[in-house]
Amino acid sequence: MSVASQPNSSSRGVTVEFQDIEKRYGVRYALRGVSLRIDAGECVALVGANGSGKTTLLRIAALLVRPTKGTVTFRAGSSAAPLAHLPGQQRIGMVAHNILLYDDLSAEENLELFAKLYGLDRPKERAAAALQPAGLINRRRDPVRDFSRGMRQRLAIARALLPAPGLLLFDEPATGLDPAGQHWLGDTLGQLHDTGCTILMSTHGASEAHSIVTRAVRLAAGNLAEDSAPSGDPQRILTAALAAEQGS
Amino acid sequence: MATLSASTPAHAGALRPSNGANLLETVLVALLLGFAGYCALFVAPTEKTMGVIQRIFYFHVPSWWSAFIAFAIVLVANVAYLRGRNPKWDWLGVSAAEVGVAFVTVGLVTGPIWAHPVWRIWWTWDARLTSAFVLWVLYVSFLLLRTLIEEPERRAVVSAVFGIFAAVDIPLVYFSIWFFRTQHPQPVIGDGGSLDPSMGKVLLLCWAAMLGILVVMVRQRYRVERLRWDVDRLRLEASQSNSESGR
Amino acid sequence: MALARPTAILLSKELQTEFRTRELLTTTIVFVLMVLVLFSFTFDPTSIESRRFAPGLLWLTLLFAGSLMLHPSFTREQTNDTLAALRLAPIDPTAILAAKILANCCFLLVAEALLLPIFAALYNLHVLPVLGQFSVVLLLGTLALATIGTVFSAISSQARMRELLLPLLLLPVLTPALIASTEATAGLFDEQPYLSLQWVGLLAAFDAIFLTVTWLFGEYLLEE
Repeated sequence: MSVASQPNSSSRGVTVEFQDIEKRYGVRYALRGVSLRIDAGECVALVGANGSGKTTLLRIAALLVRPTKGTVTFRAGSSAAPLAHLPGQQRIGMVAHNILLYDDLSAEENLELFAKLYGLDRPKERAAAALQPAGLINRRRDPVRDFSRGMRQRLAIARALLPAPGLLLFDEPATGLDPAGQHWLGDTLGQLHDTGCTILMSTHGASEAHSIVTRAVRLAAGNLAEDSAPSGDPQRILTAALAAEQGS
Repeated sequence: MATLSASTPAHAGALRPSNGANLLETVLVALLLGFAGYCALFVAPTEKTMGVIQRIFYFHVPSWWSAFIAFAIVLVANVAYLRGRNPKWDWLGVSAAEVGVAFVTVGLVTGPIWAHPVWRIWWTWDARLTSAFVLWVLYVSFLLLRTLIEEPERRAVVSAVFGIFAAVDIPLVYFSIWFFRTQHPQPVIGDGGSLDPSMGKVLLLCWAAMLGILVVMVRQRYRVERLRWDVDRLRLEASQSNSESGR
Repeated sequence: MALARPTAILLSKELQTEFRTRELLTTTIVFVLMVLVLFSFTFDPTSIESRRFAPGLLWLTLLFAGSLMLHPSFTREQTNDTLAALRLAPIDPTAILAAKILANCCFLLVAEALLLPIFAALYNLHVLPVLGQFSVVLLLGTLALATIGTVFSAISSQARMRELLLPLLLLPVLTPALIASTEATAGLFDEQPYLSLQWVGLLAAFDAIFLTVTWLFGEYLLEE
């Protein structure tokens, strides 16, 4: 895997390129020969049945999982000057199946910890600034274990946005959110899209962000089955995915 | 009916019949072992003080040497796996570890069998035996750890790291126990004094036979691991093509 | 240094979490106390016997207590997959291990500090005259236990039967450290107390070697 990034770019977005990604667990293939290029600023919906490899692809993009074969390359701005592996991760934010937060620490303490780990200045202020729009500022001193499902998801999203990432990886981000939360998520995604952030979002076809999705990609049994890029219209794939989800 | 996928990696020819070569190898080693055994029992001179039971030494000592060679292979396999992630190194590692444990067991069992008629004790916590016992536990733990992790890649990575820790520990174990024993001496089982040249030759012959066994057993075990992999793959492909045709 | 800062941040988090609940500490201390008292019932030591057995007893007890206490080190990170959260951050993954090793070392040392007076009283040992030297032995021995224990906690958290697996893996590998610590301690509580430089040297070498191996290979344990 290589990461290439240029420090100053007006657009925040990161280009991600998957080349022949294969992921094997023993003899079982989670991903087979997936090649996909996502340009800076795109908002890509990743659809597919359970077990089709969506989560694996996202985790490979997050550099959490090492592919058995193939490479993932990142580019920021127009040049592709190679950078060390670590700073590349600074520009990646992820919302996963698990909330990635410490139950024993308060919301504030969690965000401060991650702000420090990401090397952000003024971690306390950053944490507070992230809690405000998520509607969690009044519960900031409470331990996360006391939070409801929806609040935990909001905090997980706030955590992902903390380092102002250029690439956002969302694994079914609307899970557990009430309608108000889904509305907030939609607004947040809209704002991020406006700043040029690249978004790769796995979804079952639910509607929270369809307005900003520019492209849809469908995985089936670890293969790249469909890509809306040639036609430019993601709606057909999204509607089909929603129908498949509701039918099953 | 399952179809074999042509694009599967690196195992083309895994099902080729290799029985001819294996059989020859096994027969050769069996002959060598038989000859070595004969020499150990009948050709080598009888030891002055210990008598016939001393002949077990010809199997006891080479077992240890072979065990160490096996464990050296395990260390190499572990490091190689971590660097390249090729499953073949994992197969080699587990094969060599099992054979190594077998040799250590032989050593630990032949020791007391030798000791009892000669020194009237079954066991003593002398330096070598104690260290050998720890060695045995270390690699049995390695094998046990592997049975407790299901996912093949995690199993390979985690056991490789443990294997490296265990291998690095071995010299420390031997040294610390040896140094402890120099301060708290106990009766020692084992040879004392120099070796008659003819005995030395028989010893080397037995060691060659042991090395032959090592090679044959590691290769067979490796083959089993490789076949297991192929069976899993075929089973997976069969179930996938069944579910696809059923749709 | 790229390792120092994230290690410090994570160490602070580990200490903060534990001192808030103190569940690990209290359980460990009670366990060690109980074992020490039970042992004194089983062989009712005279003063000479105490001096012979107490060092071994102390280190064995610490070893068992450690193998229980070190267990949650990584199983805690499985809740909410916080290990992935740490790996997502732009830090050297070895910092995660380093922070936990240091934190576990601290917890063990705190437990030992609280237990030492009780231990000395139960077995009639004269700790004060050799306190400085004994602290060195304690520190090196505890570091050995913390290092191997933390790494093996990462190993066992990925396997089944993890509560049994950790002691099983830990005890044989720690044999050299156990022997060295016990012998060094025995020397200090001898009638003519002395500090055995060879045993202390072996302990220091053990620590240095395994910290290096951890630095080289430990991060592979954190992958998924």
